[in-house]
Amino acid sequence: MTAQQETNQTPGPGKPLDGVNVLDFCWVAVGPMTTKYLGEYGATVVRVESVKRPGTLRNAAPFRDGISGINRSGYFASYNANKMGITVDMRHPRARELMLRMAKWAHLVTENFTPGTMESWELGFDQLKEVNPGLVMFSTSMMGRGGPMERQPGFGPVLSSLVGLTNLTGWPDRDPVNPYGAYTDFIVPRFAVAAILAGLDRSRRTGEGVHIDMSQLETTLHFSAPVLLDYAVNNREQARAGNRDPGAAPHGAYLCSGNDRWLAIGCFSDQHWEGLQRTIAPDGKGWPYNPDFATLLSRKANEDELDHLLTDWTSSWEVGALMETLQSAGVPAGMVNDCRDLFEDAQLQHRGHFQWLDHPEIGPYATDTSEMVLSLSPGSLDTPAPLLGEHNSHVLKDLIGLTDEEYKSLEEDGVLE
Amino acid sequence: MPGAQGGIDFLLEPYRVLDLTDERGLLAGKILADMGADVLQVEPLGGSPARNVGPFHGDDPQPEKSLFWWAYAANKRSITLNLEQKDGQELLKKLVAKADFLIESFSPGYLEGLGLGYEKLAEINPKLVMVSITPFGQDGPYSNYQATDIVGMALGGFMYLTGDDDRAPVRISFPHFYLHGGAAGATAAMLAHTYRVTSGQGQYVDVSCQQAVAKTLAHAPQIWDIEGAILKRQGVYRQTSGENRVRINWPCKDGYVNYMVQGGTVAYSTRALLDWMKEDKFDTADLDAIDWEKMGYGAITPELMAQLGGPLGDFFKGHTRAELVQGSLDRRILLFPVATPSALQGHPQLEARGYFKEIEHPELGETVQYPGAFIKSGDGRDIAGVYRRPPLIGEHNVQVYQEEMGLSSSELETLKRSGVI
Repeated sequence: MTAQQETNQTPGPGKPLDGVNVLDFCWVAVGPMTTKYLGEYGATVVRVESVKRPGTLRNAAPFRDGISGINRSGYFASYNANKMGITVDMRHPRARELMLRMAKWAHLVTENFTPGTMESWELGFDQLKEVNPGLVMFSTSMMGRGGPMERQPGFGPVLSSLVGLTNLTGWPDRDPVNPYGAYTDFIVPRFAVAAILAGLDRSRRTGEGVHIDMSQLETTLHFSAPVLLDYAVNNREQARAGNRDPGAAPHGAYLCSGNDRWLAIGCFSDQHWEGLQRTIAPDGKGWPYNPDFATLLSRKANEDELDHLLTDWTSSWEVGALMETLQSAGVPAGMVNDCRDLFEDAQLQHRGHFQWLDHPEIGPYATDTSEMVLSLSPGSLDTPAPLLGEHNSHVLKDLIGLTDEEYKSLEEDGVLE
Repeated sequence: MPGAQGGIDFLLEPYRVLDLTDERGLLAGKILADMGADVLQVEPLGGSPARNVGPFHGDDPQPEKSLFWWAYAANKRSITLNLEQKDGQELLKKLVAKADFLIESFSPGYLEGLGLGYEKLAEINPKLVMVSITPFGQDGPYSNYQATDIVGMALGGFMYLTGDDDRAPVRISFPHFYLHGGAAGATAAMLAHTYRVTSGQGQYVDVSCQQAVAKTLAHAPQIWDIEGAILKRQGVYRQTSGENRVRINWPCKDGYVNYMVQGGTVAYSTRALLDWMKEDKFDTADLDAIDWEKMGYGAITPELMAQLGGPLGDFFKGHTRAELVQGSLDRRILLFPVATPSALQGHPQLEARGYFKEIEHPELGETVQYPGAFIKSGDGRDIAGVYRRPPLIGEHNVQVYQEEMGLSSSELETLKRSGVI
């Protein structure tokens, strides 16, 4: 039975990508986050993994009860919900033939290896297109294909630096700091999904496949395009400014009561500032009414003093109460949520941001849903990440139609490892 | 239509997008425009508020000189339209009848208040995909909160994890909150479009920037969920699990580089660096003896980090950024420069791939270098890209209202005089 036939039997309005088959070679974070969206919105995503060389995330903390194991990573589990998993030893002489059968079944092949890896298995786009002319292939790498640095290996945390974002983060009197985590890995996937769906759309219209090559460096530069233009036309090199903003004062994260609790406040307009003044001193007296702070320009000129006085005031407040108080006075204010706060955040709860899936080895675990709600065909996360090789039999027999004999022979030959 | 321009073999040529967003959503339409969609930026009279966002060309704060606008409105066409007047609303409805997408970033309820909510627009065009990009989504306890970049980066969980541990959390100095939502808007538009292709039905999509930011946190939420631990910001270090952290950012002779010690599938990088250090007469025997290949992500203990920090720090300080970058490329070491804009302009890989594109601004008598396409074809052909300078305010009013929609010149004059366009 094909995925399309399965779809036709499903009641309800269905999902946008029902019937779209994805052969997914992606690993680590940027690729799996991309294909997680596809799975969440209905695509049948089959991840190809290796028993001999399991991907980085399968060995990545956190582990339930602190016990590591190839199927126990919470990191892997989060980014691979709604996918199936097969294991193939890509260096086995019979792997190529098997992958070509999968490529016939697929509408989309995704990979984020160093450029040239798929070609080294003779599974480059030109070869895949011979068995499936309408195929869309998506490749993403740090630097893109071609050019002197195409084989530069890498991963997200340092790409933030290469792309110039680290230089824009931190205090002017200190070393720059990286934006948290493999930050660019989580910028790229939205461009990636939009591009993949655009490729599938054109393939549907024209019958002609396309190989999409995404350089994570080039994509992420769109998150600092005005900074690049500032250099191109004004010859200015913007640098880190702590939490200051040229259009606002006060503007920063202000200490509240408790341990490491902070409230972000940004006053861009007189209305914002007046709301803050009224909240601090409802009687219309005291430092907020000092002429040094009367206008935005004067607040900018006296910003250090303003920050100091404001911190004296905020530091006795409980952060959540102060956020609500300031927001009701029309002042932009937001708690600096830590990861526990995210789970308790009233708005994220309202959106159903975290969802729990039950994993056979990890047990119930949280994963994040997509940031968009489609009124007619919403996404959903229904199945936990695959165990290593969990779907070998289902995928190869039920989806691409291998006979029991063919499957057994692959198994015995050590192809499915 | 834009497709013939620039010799680009676009992916989204047949589609038209009405882009009603301001600085909080421009990127969504830009992504679709870069892939060839005909994106009509619908600006209020006097121009989009995004035109007030700096920096500015020559530091001259005028609406046609905002570099923020340039960056996120290039490739689009511009019409002006006053949505608060009846004739403006009727014109928008006419545009909706022939549009595939409408993207907006007004406060929740604003368009409904004008009789231009999704329900009304879907009556005109049931196939319409309408995408709303707002800080928190259309409803819920924060939906009417005042949000700015720093408020959103805080509530999305990003800031707590970024910055030095002895000071306040920091945001990125160039605002990203709305860019995350904008990029998600493009994803959302394409998901709903894909559904339309098979079902024939349009729909409404509600995007939350806060959720988009919360999705950038890698496994930090899982560490709370599974281990009950709260990750904290670590300055130049990165917390990987529990008490474990690795240093990312290292001073070198003339700036900074990023290098993260790792084992497992990238143990080769650590081995290669240790080999290089040996060439510099560092004694690495203790470090060579570690079984890097078996070391999982997040397994580097504070003790091991302390053991590594001295020799690695000394090694990096002994070399310039350029030496470290070139040497790492030759040796397959995962090391990167902390780049500044000037380093990106002459970047050998970006140059080889022809990333930056010269776009002419005839009004200024200048040619400006723009960041180029975010995708290429695997064989190097252009399937997306920047090909048209950002529009002047209402630059395409005559083209759209008169030539495409058939309004007469006297009707246009009436609309102009009554403050509709």
